[in-house]
Amino acid sequence: MKLQKATQFALLAVLDLARDPDAQHSVAEIADRYGISANHLAKVLRDLGRAGLVEAVRGAGGGYRFSGNAKRTSLYDVIHLFGDTMEGEADIPAPAGATDIGAALGRVLTEVDEIAVATLKSISLATLIKSMNWMPATTSR
Amino acid sequence: MDESPQNQALARGRVRIRNARATDMEAVAAIDAVITDTPKSDYWARAYHRYATRQGRYFLVAESAGAVCGFILGEERAWEFGSPPCGWIFAIGVDPKCREGGVGTALFEAICAAMREAGMTTVRTMLARDDGLNMAFFRSQGMMGGSFIELEMPLDRGDTR
Repeated sequence: MKLQKATQFALLAVLDLARDPDAQHSVAEIADRYGISANHLAKVLRDLGRAGLVEAVRGAGGGYRFSGNAKRTSLYDVIHLFGDTMEGEADIPAPAGATDIGAALGRVLTEVDEIAVATLKSISLATLIKSMNWMPATTSR
Repeated sequence: MDESPQNQALARGRVRIRNARATDMEAVAAIDAVITDTPKSDYWARAYHRYATRQGRYFLVAESAGAVCGFILGEERAWEFGSPPCGWIFAIGVDPKCREGGVGTALFEAICAAMREAGMTTVRTMLARDDGLNMAFFRSQGMMGGSFIELEMPLDRGDTR
């Protein structure tokens, strides 16, 4: 499964902000932390703001902070905002999809996609953040 | 949660987890019927004898203000396709009126503790792919995709070769 860059940036940013909802972080800080384009991230954060997941904080030390419900927002919700739904991506286009081999192959790829979607729908931002405590330590900010 | 004595007790953290009794089955069946929309009192009467009275099987209930508000069932399974002994959870239910009060978490933690005490080191469950509520619950408790994959096929398909 390959997510678009905007979707990856959105997940990183929204999880980064949801980890500490009282804190606010600038676009540059977040971009620097994950080694991603600040310009691209700024656009992604505006989209997340329109969806109510983050809010811009003005003034000195301004930036963004989390404003959504971490327990009620799934990874899939964020992915869906950026159009990476994965549903239907496994379809083998006609005319190959209409053949017996194309249809059988499509069923297997659909099974893989359905499992991926079910997994992403079942993991809330809060659960993913909590899960970091259950895994071996990696780079943290 | 509403303001019933049961939920006021829940809010104060007074939920008690204990082994199921035969007299709990009416309440368990009622909670299950609300959740699944399929009443099955006979099943729960049999489930009590099958799971609450045998070693290696677990049938726990959550009690708040003297009333049963949730249940969980599980058992030890061993050597299924090479899997060393592990705990299986195959049913959990919380009265919808008592949700978001920590009842499910208390039940899950209690059955895990009992399985751990019996020497099991892994706990598993299996859910419908579209069962978002339970999937999100078990994920929030730390469960993740494991090393086994569920496979199935209809037995009335005809040619099974």
